[in-house]
Amino acid sequence: MPAQPQTGPIAGRLPADVLARNFSDLHPPLSAHEARVAADRCYFCHDAPCVTACPTEIDIPLFIREIQAGRPETAAREIFEANILGGMCARVCPTEVLCEGACVREAAEGKPVQIGLLQRHATDSLMARQGHPFTRAPRTGKRVAVVGAGPAGLACAHRLARHGHDVVIFEGAPKPGGLNEYGIAAYKTVDDFAAREAAWIMGIGGIELRHEQWLGRDVRLDALREEYDAVFLGIGLSDVNALGLEGPPLEGVHDAVTFISALRQTEDLSTLPIGRDVVVIGGGMTAIDCAVQAKGLGAETVTLVYRRARERMGASLYEQELAARRGVRLIYEAAPVAVEGEGRLSAVVFERMAEGPDGLAPTGERFSLSADQLFRAVGQRLGDANGLEIAHGKVVTQGRGRTGMDKVWAGGDCAGGGDDLTVTAVAQGRDAAEDIHGSLME
Amino acid sequence: MADLTTRFLGIESPNPFWLASAPPTDKEYNVRRAFEAGWGGVVWKTLGAEGPPVVNVNGPRYGAIYGADRRLLGLNNIELITDRDLETNLEEMARVKADYPDRALIASIMVPCEEAAWKAILPRVEETNADGIELNFGCPHGMSERGMGAAVGQVPEYIEMVTRWCKQYYDRPVIVKLTPNITDVRKPAEAAKRGGADAVSLINTINSITSVDLDLMAPQPTIDGKGSHGGYCGPAVKPIALSMVSEIARHEATRGLPISGIGGVTTWRDAAEFMVLGAGTVQVCTAVMTYGFRIVEEMCAGLSDWMDEKGYRSTSDFVGQAVPNVTDWKNLNLNYVTKARIDQDLCIKCGRCYAACEDTSHQAIAMTPDRVFEVIDAECVACNLCVDVCPVENCIDMVRMAPGSVDPRTGRVVSDDHADWTTHPNNPMAQAAE
Repeated sequence: MPAQPQTGPIAGRLPADVLARNFSDLHPPLSAHEARVAADRCYFCHDAPCVTACPTEIDIPLFIREIQAGRPETAAREIFEANILGGMCARVCPTEVLCEGACVREAAEGKPVQIGLLQRHATDSLMARQGHPFTRAPRTGKRVAVVGAGPAGLACAHRLARHGHDVVIFEGAPKPGGLNEYGIAAYKTVDDFAAREAAWIMGIGGIELRHEQWLGRDVRLDALREEYDAVFLGIGLSDVNALGLEGPPLEGVHDAVTFISALRQTEDLSTLPIGRDVVVIGGGMTAIDCAVQAKGLGAETVTLVYRRARERMGASLYEQELAARRGVRLIYEAAPVAVEGEGRLSAVVFERMAEGPDGLAPTGERFSLSADQLFRAVGQRLGDANGLEIAHGKVVTQGRGRTGMDKVWAGGDCAGGGDDLTVTAVAQGRDAAEDIHGSLME
Repeated sequence: MADLTTRFLGIESPNPFWLASAPPTDKEYNVRRAFEAGWGGVVWKTLGAEGPPVVNVNGPRYGAIYGADRRLLGLNNIELITDRDLETNLEEMARVKADYPDRALIASIMVPCEEAAWKAILPRVEETNADGIELNFGCPHGMSERGMGAAVGQVPEYIEMVTRWCKQYYDRPVIVKLTPNITDVRKPAEAAKRGGADAVSLINTINSITSVDLDLMAPQPTIDGKGSHGGYCGPAVKPIALSMVSEIARHEATRGLPISGIGGVTTWRDAAEFMVLGAGTVQVCTAVMTYGFRIVEEMCAGLSDWMDEKGYRSTSDFVGQAVPNVTDWKNLNLNYVTKARIDQDLCIKCGRCYAACEDTSHQAIAMTPDRVFEVIDAECVACNLCVDVCPVENCIDMVRMAPGSVDPRTGRVVSDDHADWTTHPNNPMAQAAE
């Protein structure tokens, strides 16, 4: 008889082949023929709803037609023109609520054109076969500092470099990519894609990347404003929201973002400790990514608890179903109230919630989940405001990313107006770059 | 189950589905398997004159056009007539006919345009007990360069002359196979009839280059860097074939001449369409070359079910039934006024109707900001383009305006009377109504 799974976060719960399978590509790429067949399903809609639904407004019918016509690289250029991180977006976009959710074939038959996979087919073709597709305009002599090498920063830097400006990116982490590198489930971006994409983007030239440069610690905003003609802040949300639970400080309580980051950076998944009974608290994409990966590492039970009703969850229905398929139990309308244990976590106590006329309210009914590991995924927030105006926890911007501070633009998760998605960050970075370019060339 | 037994020129076959003279009917092995699969008849691949057999190219013979998912829509070939010895073919035909007396077996023949050549081969064919012959006046490549095939089919006088020889030296039915590579297919059909043909079959393949290799700068299929035109067939040619069949079926000089319909027949429905336009049987090639012999089961079952639904007891009940409704443009009723109607429940809001109408037609579809598409009756000329480009079946309909109502496009009251170009005031040749 096999031994009972041991309690407590321990490494190596699953053999290597099972781990490899659990973390393999969520949506394997289309073969060339599959791509032609999938492309043939596109109706080339007039004023297509999918384009309207795309935050970067990629001309989807046109690029799909280019795949149909046997030119995936031409299609890729079309995509990259609008979204230089089109390769990553093809992998991580919640297409079910964006382009594919708007596809007329979704309305007609519940089977949208596989836009995400087609975009990946196109972008993979170009990135595999050709060098960088764009060239820089003649150098302008202008210098722009971009803070943060996440999706917003990379998109901004690329567009600025294309316009002939010289860009220096200040990145706090050892690698570029931001959440693409550190914060997204491994099965969504396999084979080190985030790093390869960042390197490929910088292949345009004119971009210098400086690592281990935290804003506020290693570089100061006023100094950047002095030294550069413009500054773009794509600094994301560096702090994690707290839960404020009753009970003593216990081992086994972690932030989901730390767990995901460690998982993304490990060379060997079998070295990562994971609990036997894991509880994840939260309702966004991070919560799902955390829960599914905890299960993938071999946790016996993984329970994701969200305080509101299913339809209020930040993660899409598709993501919720993915989690359920992968063996995650989802509990809705329950909020954590306390952790229990002696030194180490042993249980989490929840209270049932109900949505009433005055909003979410506790019902008084409590239940307890035994747990040896708890992940908090209840959102992130902006760190130091660096003297910028903040509203609703985000840097206030106007127009195409202009902050109230002279020479400073912002975009991505740190700024308002987005949905905390890679694709909206790319759109904001790109648009801010155009605005910066316009203002520098006045 | 409706009885599919078909009598064509007195030749009985258990169904109207014959295999056309082509690679599938080149030898005993194939034809036996076709008959076992259920084909009603075959036209044996074209026999040439006695002597050294023809040679084929040793590179690719076929090229294709595809629809979605590599669905084969058109096939082009540069294969010649049978490259097997005449004696072998004749022996095999005799054996097969003896073993399958209930199936139609027709010999396709192509020999030089000399009386002696025809006089020599016809008795040999007769000995096989084949039910009839088909004169290959259609093959557009290779053999036509040697004065045979389409080179004969393009000269009505030659058709008439050779047909006459065949009727003189052969006692069984003579079918003349026509080439579509001609301006007016009625002329060769008339010539065949004048020569005494019992029937015509059409269409043979259409001159074609299916594609060009943009690296080699050469047509495909490419043989050592060169390509020549081939003969095009398959679903893509069906509309051309249907029109040509109907022209012969309704033309005064050829009306009543039996027709064997060929050109892109792929399903029972294609067959039924050829038959209601006047074809007594149909011949199939590309569909079996794509899917194999078994498709005849679908064809038999589909045609039979359709006949049951419609109450037809024999194929002769519906052959030619649509011919009276094929007419000249000038006879079309100009008082038949329709308007496009979009079913908003079925509409999936793709906007293809809008793009097509707005960009290329009459600006007769309005689009609201929330993607509701409505027809503007005052602009709609009822061209049907929106129906044709709509990806949803039956979503857009052409609805006839009731007589007595006013067409908002013209401001005129819709009349119940027939009125066509022959009586239209703008027609300088108009005849006053009696």
